[in-house]
Amino acid sequence: MAQRIDVKDLNIYYGDFRAVADVEMSVEPRSVTAFIGPSGCGKSTFLRTLNRMHEVIPGARVEGRVEIDGVDLYAPDVDPVAVRRQIGMVFQRPNPFPTMSIADNVLAGVRLNNRRISKGDAQDLVEQSLRGANLWNEVKDRLDRPGSGLSGGQQQRLCIARAIAVKPQVLLMDEPCSALDPISTLAIEDLISELKADYTIVIVTHNMQQAARVSDRTAFFNLAGQGQPGKLVEVDDTSVIFSAPREQATEDYISGRFG
Amino acid sequence: MTATTSPAPAGTDPGGPPESAGSRPPRRSLRGPRRAGRPVERGASRVFRWTATGAGALILVVLAAVAVFLVVKAMPALTASSGELVDSVSFMRNSSSLADYVGPLVFGTVLAAVLALVLAVPVAIAIALFISHYAPRRLASGLGYVVDLLAAVPSVVYGLWGAMVLAPLVQPLWSWLGSTLGWIPLFGGTVSPTGRVILTVGVVLAVMILPIITAVSREVFLQTPRLYEEAALALGATRWEMIRMTVLPFGRSGVVSAAMLGLGRALGETMAVLMILSQGFLYSFLLLAAGQQQTIAANIAAQFPEASDMGMSVLIATGLALFVITLVVNMSARAIVARRKDFSGAN
Ligand SMILES: Nc1ncnc2c1ncn2[C@@H]1O[C@H](COP(=O)(O)OP(=O)(O)OP(=O)(O)O)[C@@H](O)[C@H]1O
Ligand SMILES: [Mg+2]
Repeated sequence: MAQRIDVKDLNIYYGDFRAVADVEMSVEPRSVTAFIGPSGCGKSTFLRTLNRMHEVIPGARVEGRVEIDGVDLYAPDVDPVAVRRQIGMVFQRPNPFPTMSIADNVLAGVRLNNRRISKGDAQDLVEQSLRGANLWNEVKDRLDRPGSGLSGGQQQRLCIARAIAVKPQVLLMDEPCSALDPISTLAIEDLISELKADYTIVIVTHNMQQAARVSDRTAFFNLAGQGQPGKLVEVDDTSVIFSAPREQATEDYISGRFG
Repeated sequence: MTATTSPAPAGTDPGGPPESAGSRPPRRSLRGPRRAGRPVERGASRVFRWTATGAGALILVVLAAVAVFLVVKAMPALTASSGELVDSVSFMRNSSSLADYVGPLVFGTVLAAVLALVLAVPVAIAIALFISHYAPRRLASGLGYVVDLLAAVPSVVYGLWGAMVLAPLVQPLWSWLGSTLGWIPLFGGTVSPTGRVILTVGVVLAVMILPIITAVSREVFLQTPRLYEEAALALGATRWEMIRMTVLPFGRSGVVSAAMLGLGRALGETMAVLMILSQGFLYSFLLLAAGQQQTIAANIAAQFPEASDMGMSVLIATGLALFVITLVVNMSARAIVARRKDFSGAN
């Protein structure tokens, strides 16, 4: 199920503004890769190009190649909708659909793919996905209540359940814990470690400890200056990045001497 | 800080003088200094509160005044015996009682308004969605402007256009409807050769209420949080699926309100109906036949110039009925909006 990602010579634009320049990297299947870097260096922007969500912003465009198991996502015959069905995404702010019940939220993506899911299958899938997101025990008695009635941490896990219910090849997470308390954060980190067995995961985080705890590889992005594009400085095994990075800028950033 | 001697937490009196750390702060209770149980308000906040309260009260007073006026003026007709009414009011000669006179008018009013709503709402939603989610920005603002202009056309002009242009234009279409779909009761009966029938009125009313429904729906659709639209897109929704998952559920209560605004206008519309419709006083669902229905507002305008005192009172009684219908429509709209509040996205 999990697939590898190869990014080649990628440049990302908002209109005329080049936000990210010349990214070149690979992500192994069944691994967790963390993106770190200062605010505004283009982590979210880059992450959103991996499932073609970047282009939903007016004027936004991409040059270069993003290959999932060798298939270029930006080839002319590739349908962005199909790409997004295979590459799940969890956003910084929890966004379960408030107009849907908890169960319907979990099934939202599945219903898009396959409208005629039997009632029994749907129930099984809801349970399986919510268990997968460590949320089942907390919500099993109120599956028909609106998703917006949950706490922030529960909502975020509901979003993860919604994303994994469609069994994506890759899971992208943009600061999934930034709005959460330490306990919910730990729950989600544990979840990421479990999900790694089945999915390729890419996570953006501002929390160095989190990157060190959950990821196998870490990519450091940096910004040369105002109005300059963000660049990938280095990507390596997490242990290497946090102990003996090749670049001085990386060491400065992770040791807090940035700026 | 002398925290132990100062039980009043910060923030109880934001307008108070800052306390210096050294001096002993005066003891303050949690209550405001002026009146028990009232949060302290100052300046603009208090002015705003009274303005808002005053405006709210004024609306209620005006509403009550209208209701009182209607009831008082309708009283002679409401209390008079049927025989007395039929004898003294010329335009009631074909009716046996007040209820017998008002009933078909209420029916015609509601029928015309519902027809207008059924025709206008789907078109308005489609235009609003096109403007908010499909059209390129330049086209969207141009189109929005054109739709708003429709609202600026006076209703007399719509009446003239409906009677002189639209009615002859749609007549062949109505004939065709009558001959092919005549087995549906709505399209039965003899199709009017002039086209001045309630369905034509419905079309004109639909055009008249289209701008308000479109404008309100468009605003509501544009307010769908980007967050949820992106959530749907990231799950692999096409644009239409995204609209169905987020934009429409979010906009539902707004669209209902918009439709009710439109319905209110359609219920009360006078000139266009008066100029187009060939009137009748029947409980008739025949949409294509002449001389079947009439609406309250058009009927008041038609009879008003020659009405006697008692006739005037009868007309005002029909106006009272219209007032009640409009109130009921608005209240049921509120009920619809409130019913699924939990899922509305407002929390
Ligand atoms: N919708 C947009 N339109 C135009 N420019 C944008 C848009 N979104 C982001 N940018 C610009 O692109 C650059 C990268 O932004 P991005 O959001 O990817 O940063 P980030 O690394 O995720 O930052 P943070 O850590 O604060 O989330 C910034 O200069 C930002 O101003
Ligand atoms: Mg970001």
